[in-house]
Amino acid sequence: MQDDSIIKVKNVNFHYGDFKALTDINMDFEKSRVTALIGPSGCGKSTLLRLLNRMNDLIDGTRVEGEVLFEDKNIYDSNVDPVEIRRRIGMVFQKPNPFPKSIFNNIIYGPRLLGVTGKGDLRDLAEQSLRQAVLWDEVKDILGQSAMMLSGGQQQRLCIARALAMKPDVLLMDEPTSALDPISTAKIEELIEGLKKHYTIIIVTHNMQQAARISDYTGFFYLGKLIEYNLTEKLFTTPDVKQTEDYITGRFG
Amino acid sequence: MSTIQMISEEEVIRSPSHRKAISNMKWRYLKQNLFLGVVRLSALIIAVSLGGFLFYIFVNGIGAISWDFLTLPPRDSMTKGGIMPAILGTFYLTTGAIIIALPLGVLSAVYLSEYAKQGPVVRIIRIGVNCLAGVPSIVFGLFGLGLFVVFLQFGSCILSGALTLGFLILPTIIGASEEALKAVPQTFREASLALGVSRWQTIFRIVLPNALPGILTGSILGVGRAAGETAPIMFTAAAFFTAKLPASIFDEVMALPYHIYVLATAGTHIEQTRPIQYGTALVLIALVLGIDLIAIIIRSYMRKKKGW
Repeated sequence: MQDDSIIKVKNVNFHYGDFKALTDINMDFEKSRVTALIGPSGCGKSTLLRLLNRMNDLIDGTRVEGEVLFEDKNIYDSNVDPVEIRRRIGMVFQKPNPFPKSIFNNIIYGPRLLGVTGKGDLRDLAEQSLRQAVLWDEVKDILGQSAMMLSGGQQQRLCIARALAMKPDVLLMDEPTSALDPISTAKIEELIEGLKKHYTIIIVTHNMQQAARISDYTGFFYLGKLIEYNLTEKLFTTPDVKQTEDYITGRFG
Repeated sequence: MSTIQMISEEEVIRSPSHRKAISNMKWRYLKQNLFLGVVRLSALIIAVSLGGFLFYIFVNGIGAISWDFLTLPPRDSMTKGGIMPAILGTFYLTTGAIIIALPLGVLSAVYLSEYAKQGPVVRIIRIGVNCLAGVPSIVFGLFGLGLFVVFLQFGSCILSGALTLGFLILPTIIGASEEALKAVPQTFREASLALGVSRWQTIFRIVLPNALPGILTGSILGVGRAAGETAPIMFTAAAFFTAKLPASIFDEVMALPYHIYVLATAGTHIEQTRPIQYGTALVLIALVLGIDLIAIIIRSYMRKKKGW
């Protein structure tokens, strides 16, 4: 999977102050595939995810070593604008975080600041994004209402639609279903399946069944190290590393 | 179950330490009631003294209040007539102060809590702001006299007074704004930044609008304070008496607090003007309480509206 990689993580170490959160990570993410990152709490999987769109920049006292190549350019080069990176690499968070605005204004918030104008264009974009996030049928008549009125599952799909409206190449998802009920979770898993034709998706999850169901590749992290990175089918049936087997069979973590 | 020893209730109560605890209960209740009494008394003293003070001003001042009192200028060496120029002057000064201090204060707060790297520099600025809040208002008055009236040669006028009052309420506005900015959930900022929206757009489109109710409330309370201040304006803006109303921001004005001060201490007819003094004090208090009421209404209205 060398040539199809859209993101390549090379020899990355990451520190929060004195605490070393990631050690020597090497990992390539293939285009138009779903890659899952699993591991026990505090293993560094979310930290790695937030490194990929420079969200960790926002935390004081962090330090990155190594390279993260996005389309063969290091996103940590000093001449790279993190704003542009974040536009092309979207993110969905653990807790749904819509803005206290209308559903419609949530979607077009980013595109409008990017310079997309014209009522028709913005409406089309909103509809398209909401359809991709499988939310359109539920909200098409209430686009002017506050996004805060929606259920948690609907809010999370709205956040996905909001990220998609920026036309990113990659979508990062940080435990997107951990705050949701099983039915909402199923809906989101379904929509991820539909999205992977056009987007590269990297998802952090606590739920191993979820990783097994939706991903093509899975990386297992433990104590800040990438223990095993493999085809999902292989990792969950015949893992190469003993630690992985222990984790997926529930012997620790 | 094998490792946990089950103890019957009777055994617990019969244990010596527990019996002792029960006999202590009376003493504990006594202490509790004593403490509650002290707390209630403190609250009562505050409420009664505030109520008594307001009642006293009201009873003594209400007789002076009339339509003419509110709409006419003073006459006969200020022993008769109204206080309209002073009401208007106070209005101009406080409006001017907020026009000057609100943008400056909000932008400083944005810098301190959103932009600046938290470190020694920011800590020093914060200490500075807190010290500014503790500076006596007469010092602000002298500062205004030195800087605006004398050095910048604005003279004693609305502009000098508004600038001085603006600096006086600046710490209040910065403090209120910082609190309001901190109350905006971090998740809103993350959501916006993760979309590839720049930092300043995030601040102006998401953070500030959501912080606005808190900023306004705090600022209005600051204005209430400015409206009642005498010392900062006595050298910078307030006139002992002017018959004409100000034509520009470079004119002197009368102001309510200074008017009270003048009538009560510096006039030649201190006894004759007593009713007017009380009447003016009542108007000033009503004005300040009215401003505070507006702040409270805005806050409760916005609180109901916001979705988080």
